[in-house]
Amino acid sequence: MSHAPTSPTPNLAAPDADRAPRAPRFAATDLTRRKLRAQRAAQVVFGAMAVAILVPLVAIVAYLVARAWPALGWHFLTGVPTNGMRSGGIWPALIGTAYLVVFSLLVAAPIGVLAGIYLNEFARDTWFTRAVNLAVVNLAGVPSIVHALFGMGAFVLFAGLGKSVLAASLTLAIMTLPVIIVATKEALASVPTAFREACWNLGATRWQTIRTIVLPNSISGILTGLILEVCRAAGETAPIMFTGAVFFKAVRAGDLFPYRPDEQCMALSYHLHTLATQVPGVPEPVLYGTAVVLVGFVLVFNSFAIALRMRLRARKKW
Amino acid sequence: MPAPAEPGLPPAAAPAPGPSTGAPARPRRLLWRAWRAVSERTLVTLIALCGISAIVFVFGIFFFICREGAPFLRDVFTFKGFFLSQEWYPTSETNRRFGILALLAGTGSVTLLAMLFAVPFGLGTAVFIAEFCGKKAREALKVMVEMLAAVPSVVWGFIGMMVINPLIVRFTGAPVGVNVLNAGLVVGLMSVPVIVSIAEDAIRAVPDGFREAAEALGATRWQLVYKVIFPAARSGLLAAVLLGVGRAVGETMAVLMATGNSVNIPLGRGFPWFHALESVQTLTATIASELGDAPRIEALANGTYPPEAHHYQALFVIGIVLFTITFVINLTADLIVRGIRNRK
Amino acid sequence: MDDAVKIRIYNLTARYGRREVLHRVSLDVPRNGIFAIIGPANSGKTTLLKCINRTLELVPGAAATGNVFIDGEDVGRRRNVYDLRRRIGVVFPLPVGLPLSVYDNVAYAPRMAGVRGRERLDEIVERCLRQAALWDEVKDRLRTLGTLLSGGQQQRLTIARALSHEPEILCLDEFSIAIDPVTTMRIEDVLVQIKEHMTIVLVTNLVQQARRLADRTCFLNRGEVVQEDRTEVIFSDRPGNQMTYDYVHGVFG
Repeated sequence: MSHAPTSPTPNLAAPDADRAPRAPRFAATDLTRRKLRAQRAAQVVFGAMAVAILVPLVAIVAYLVARAWPALGWHFLTGVPTNGMRSGGIWPALIGTAYLVVFSLLVAAPIGVLAGIYLNEFARDTWFTRAVNLAVVNLAGVPSIVHALFGMGAFVLFAGLGKSVLAASLTLAIMTLPVIIVATKEALASVPTAFREACWNLGATRWQTIRTIVLPNSISGILTGLILEVCRAAGETAPIMFTGAVFFKAVRAGDLFPYRPDEQCMALSYHLHTLATQVPGVPEPVLYGTAVVLVGFVLVFNSFAIALRMRLRARKKW
Repeated sequence: MPAPAEPGLPPAAAPAPGPSTGAPARPRRLLWRAWRAVSERTLVTLIALCGISAIVFVFGIFFFICREGAPFLRDVFTFKGFFLSQEWYPTSETNRRFGILALLAGTGSVTLLAMLFAVPFGLGTAVFIAEFCGKKAREALKVMVEMLAAVPSVVWGFIGMMVINPLIVRFTGAPVGVNVLNAGLVVGLMSVPVIVSIAEDAIRAVPDGFREAAEALGATRWQLVYKVIFPAARSGLLAAVLLGVGRAVGETMAVLMATGNSVNIPLGRGFPWFHALESVQTLTATIASELGDAPRIEALANGTYPPEAHHYQALFVIGIVLFTITFVINLTADLIVRGIRNRK
Repeated sequence: MDDAVKIRIYNLTARYGRREVLHRVSLDVPRNGIFAIIGPANSGKTTLLKCINRTLELVPGAAATGNVFIDGEDVGRRRNVYDLRRRIGVVFPLPVGLPLSVYDNVAYAPRMAGVRGRERLDEIVERCLRQAALWDEVKDRLRTLGTLLSGGQQQRLTIARALSHEPEILCLDEFSIAIDPVTTMRIEDVLVQIKEHMTIVLVTNLVQQARRLADRTCFLNRGEVVQEDRTEVIFSDRPGNQMTYDYVHGVFG
């Protein structure tokens, strides 16, 4: 923090007891005291701001859990909804979200990782590369409902997939692609260039260098990106609303393969939205329970990503 | 010497006997080298294709929403009737109107309120994390901000509806708790992580030399921040705010559930003051709530569309407007950031 | 083409962007023996090495004109640049251990060239580590991560790697600036041993090192060849060129 010490230096003229003590040389002047007060005030104000935005996070999670408590349990996760969605479990929505997330990951991961490899390892510093990077940022900033419109126009209608798990997954894949691309780029960039140059001088090709040195040492960062993709895909509602999610589908409790790729499916996020806005008389525990499961899933996976990133930083091999 | 270009790999028939192989190449070795050459070539091509995929997809998005919305642009669209009229009656038989002024006002008011919350708190938190914090606290705070960012938008909307709604009714006496204030709070909280992370990067990018010089001159941390860091990082901070705005404009589910979905301009004592306690409907929520009911009708034999078809198409045109707004915001933020880099 | 000349550099001009780093350099490097290139900082010595094994084209914005012939063949025309790089071993100033085990570090180049077979690789690893005077120190811990060795050991590891693909040419770029004198001495002994059957190009800032080791020496200054001759001549009292005399005797650079 501030470097101005506020205690006076020891009196070096001590032996002579009857002489008046000299004024301390480094004592704080009025100006210094004012500056320090201002600094302390600033620290408090900014700290309060930080607390102000993070307290809601904790409070919200706590509130949701408290309201949802009576409903939470294994039956809630594996049972099927009954009584017009007002009781029972959320299994079909849970497994539906799992399907969507897995399919979208299968599409987005290869494209995203390879794109990250291209941008960090092969692309030269031209206007075209800048345009590609700009496109990645733009893709990340497109509103989710516009992704839904695109999914409708491209996958449901043009590609003829109709409203289906496949169309919804593809829409989600394109929406979450930037997350993987950026994470991959950063993971690859953390590998020092000196390694690459050493390999090139040994006669290795670019891909050999990537395959043997660069990729193995960036795998944690790439995994972090994939986990973050899963989190985003699981939480999105708008892109799947019109491309494949449906409010009701007859599914057996605990069934692991209830949906075919060309069918519509239930999804946790969409389920929460519809329960909250369209269905009257849903008991609070069920409603809040759905929210808790969704938030819980996302926050837990996000923590995995964060833990992975910390572990990666601690175990650097160079 | 050739100009710098990635050299190609040899055709299969002409391997140079490398020292590590010793004797002249055997046929099996030839085959292996040919395979290596071809497979590496295809792999690099595949990588390049994936690399440009982002551009392809951005163009693709624009193309497909234009494709669906084009008939509206061709047949019904007028600048005054679309952008300057607040009469949004897409389903009316007698007075079908597609004016989005009220929707623009909805998006604008929610975004403005959200930024009034998010910008000071976001920048303040960023400054705190970057300058006033100990190392451990910094890690913890960054993790928590990331968690805040991870909360899905539908959950935010849910909270707006179920938690903030009654609170607003209780504390302000408004008849309905889903309005600009509600959505503004929620969207503000959602935009904070964006602002915090980019602003924090911008602050940390200020060279240490500046900090050391200021400290050598006896400045306190706070003086360092407002006299040195803010001016030096101002482009990055501006970019952070712009991207926060982009996030707020594009938000769908939270505003769908928290604004009350009432198409009107919440004017208070004249522009730009508005009534935060009025319900509005944003551009994004309009699409989300009406797309399900708007039928997609094919063109008639003579190429024109029946009037009922225009609702669906108009929603896609709103999508084009949204896409353009976020595109411009992202482009501007990128130019600003690039501007700093070039100046350095 | 003269059989005694291993590398012929003719009219080589290299630039980074607009900055010209080498200006119409022409040199002949004789087969086998140690050829030193001395000169002050920024005289283009490293760039010259990069032109020989064609890693200059991997530097963004770099370009070169002119010719480099190795054994009479114009390397610029070659399509398979990876084979060329395998015929040339390079050692950098800063020791770089790849984040692999010591064994895998040395076996890296042979593996990338397609050598399989455990015994073959074992033999290559041991031979190269012995040649680099590192075998005794690491033979019991071949599985250790290369990046965990000391600076001097990593530099010897780099040399072992450079020798692992049996190059005909070995280029060393100021190899001793980041390591201790004892290790430097050991490596210089190695160089003297292998110079009988290898063309060694030694770029160095330390004129005494060139004097100790080289058969012929070239003095490069600001991208131009000032003088190239037998080492005894360059370091004598009358080299024939005033700038050479000044540089060698420490008047500048």
